[in-house]
Amino acid sequence: MEILNAFLVLANFVLIPAITYGSQLALGALGVTMIYGILRFSNFAHGDSMAVGTMVAILLTWWFQSMGITAGPLPTALLALPFAIVVTIGVLLGTDRLVFRFYRRQKAKPIILVMASLGVMFVYNGLVRFVLGPDEHRFADGDRFIISVPDFKALTGLPEGVAIRTTQGITVITAVIVVAALFWFLGRTRTGKSMRAYSDNEDLALLSGINPERVVMYTWMIVAGLITIAGVLYGLDKSFKPFTYFQLLLPIFASAIVGGLGSPLGAIAGGFIIAFSEVTITYAWKRVLTYALPDELAPSGLVQLLSTDYKFAVSFMILVIVLLFRPTGIFRGKSV
Amino acid sequence: MSETLKNTLLFATVAALIILTGFVQSWNSALFIINMGLISAIMALGVNLQWGFAGLFNVGVMGFVALGGLAVVLVSMPPVGDAWAAGGAQVLIGLALGAATIAGGILTYQKMAPGRSRTLALIGVLGLGFFVFRYVFDAGVEAIEGVNSAGTGYLGGLGLPVLLAWPVGGLLAAGAAWFIGKTALGLRSDYLAIATLGIAEIIIAVLKNEDWLSRGVKNVSGLPRPVPYEIELQRDPDFVARAEGLGLDPVIASSLYSKMGYALLFLVVLLIVLWLAQRALHSPWGRMMRAIRDNEVAAEAMGKDVTARHLQVFILGSAICGVAGAMMTTLDGQLTPSSYQPLRFTFLVWVMVIVGGSGNNLGSVLGGFLIWFLWVQVEPIGHSLMSVITYGLADDNALRQHLLESAAHMRLLTMGLILLLVLRFSPRGLIPEK
Repeated sequence: MEILNAFLVLANFVLIPAITYGSQLALGALGVTMIYGILRFSNFAHGDSMAVGTMVAILLTWWFQSMGITAGPLPTALLALPFAIVVTIGVLLGTDRLVFRFYRRQKAKPIILVMASLGVMFVYNGLVRFVLGPDEHRFADGDRFIISVPDFKALTGLPEGVAIRTTQGITVITAVIVVAALFWFLGRTRTGKSMRAYSDNEDLALLSGINPERVVMYTWMIVAGLITIAGVLYGLDKSFKPFTYFQLLLPIFASAIVGGLGSPLGAIAGGFIIAFSEVTITYAWKRVLTYALPDELAPSGLVQLLSTDYKFAVSFMILVIVLLFRPTGIFRGKSV
Repeated sequence: MSETLKNTLLFATVAALIILTGFVQSWNSALFIINMGLISAIMALGVNLQWGFAGLFNVGVMGFVALGGLAVVLVSMPPVGDAWAAGGAQVLIGLALGAATIAGGILTYQKMAPGRSRTLALIGVLGLGFFVFRYVFDAGVEAIEGVNSAGTGYLGGLGLPVLLAWPVGGLLAAGAAWFIGKTALGLRSDYLAIATLGIAEIIIAVLKNEDWLSRGVKNVSGLPRPVPYEIELQRDPDFVARAEGLGLDPVIASSLYSKMGYALLFLVVLLIVLWLAQRALHSPWGRMMRAIRDNEVAAEAMGKDVTARHLQVFILGSAICGVAGAMMTTLDGQLTPSSYQPLRFTFLVWVMVIVGGSGNNLGSVLGGFLIWFLWVQVEPIGHSLMSVITYGLADDNALRQHLLESAAHMRLLTMGLILLLVLRFSPRGLIPEK
């Protein structure tokens, strides 16, 4: 019984939040990894592109809400999502046309592209703050819980409850669908195969008649889809704030590098590794341990390894360890 | 137009802009721009050393600048005796235990044969060490933060002259740079960027949360100053007489006088750093650096240790940023951890280097002054621009109000656009590398 209670507390405060956060990171890291694999640079504008996509979704959500259109028990933002993706695709393709294409044609060093992406990052950041302001926005509506703690307790008669929020459920389901669709696309379709071929060996792909500009275009479109979904899910689950999205850059990059840059499977694994480490290291284990351990061993303190203010330090430390011991990542991504 | 003439004209233009500020706005704001311009120029020289000389992309300037700021507190503030008595020794012992844990971990990793037993031993050493560290350290921190937490609540500094903090700030930044460089150099060039981005955020998080060290978000104010206080000058009859002799109001004169004092000190540092950077650029070491930057493979084939040289120049550049950070906190007179924004302290310095001309030290100095001037002036300009654009709208129009409020965020957009445009159309900057 005690062990069951310990597990329920663990599920409620560690497993479910970490799985949700991990799904969001994985979607973000997939975008980073795809840009890295095809365009061959680390896109620093990634976090702020997420913010742009989410901003569009929020504006559309408000518009729908003002017209009285809602998705019933689900958040209205889900209805806005497809339209937001279309707009984000436009924004990213426009940016590529105005900024990145020039350096690609010049065959500039990757670091120049990274720098340009830094410029893009600040333009996006300024744009978002200009439109929505620097403050926090919550745009989740509909039912809050799939199952709440009192419901769970009533249902099972257990002393500890597990709550699953609607946004958490939606996040995981969406992430599974998106990842499945992406892998099907990369593995089965002609375009997907040409993208993988281009990523593996650019010259060989060009020789076999693959049009690089088309590959790049599809990459940006997929990335736009991924980041808008990731951004909206994160915003629904927590809240939208431009600076938070900029800060997400670090865990997202860490996820992509831990898994191996350029490897989609690695990005997903990396996302969950980072999310689970972050949540377990910053969680106060007192309640779980009180249940799990015999009374005489019960902890007196909070048993929190690091305060939540340092959650970015966790992704950073994992990043450092991976760079020191296995710079190509777990799934052996692209060259170092 | 000869190159010297062109450069002189560029510098003269910036000087004219600042003098114009003096006439149009006030001499106080002109001196403020000069002081921060001098500091920005030093930061730009540091980044130029890394990017212009060696092609290293450091996105963590903010972190090194903040470490410089911390150095000012640690060196110049008087020690808080009660706090030291309450938990000073315990915190130091705790930190020593933490360091010993890491050393023990490294030793275990190096001495034992690879295999499962090594992994287990490593986890054991690190885990046990961490709990012992937290046990000792946390109690000490609690004791320190309990001592008069509204007034002090931290250990204070060493009570040494504030000027000493400037080189110490450089040393702290150099230490952090060593750690990052050891990890990320020698790998792909973007990894350094990601690692520096991370360490900068973490340094700021430490400054904000470790109250025993830096008072966290409660800020440390009233840092000692290397120049006389305005209020003392105003009380000094000699000074008042001289100010009135020049036809100046003593209050304004005193503020100008202390700002000029700072400007002189900063100028001395800038000239030293500039002289050293120029010597480095024209020395065999500088030629080697540029050779490595332009073709790492060829330089390596010539027997140059690329990673070690990168580490060297990365540490040097970061140390310069640390010195500049210490100078800036001295000028502010307070350490405000929440004021460190990546935009302001990392990105702006980058714009300075790129616009000025990467690889050219004079270009960095010019960029430092010019971009700082624009940074200060863009907001009022943006605000008046918005007023003009929304002129036709009523005062209580929602769109007009929103646009006027958002004018402050114009800075991000403008600086991003400047960087993109310069990078695209004039990648060599205003004063190109020779």
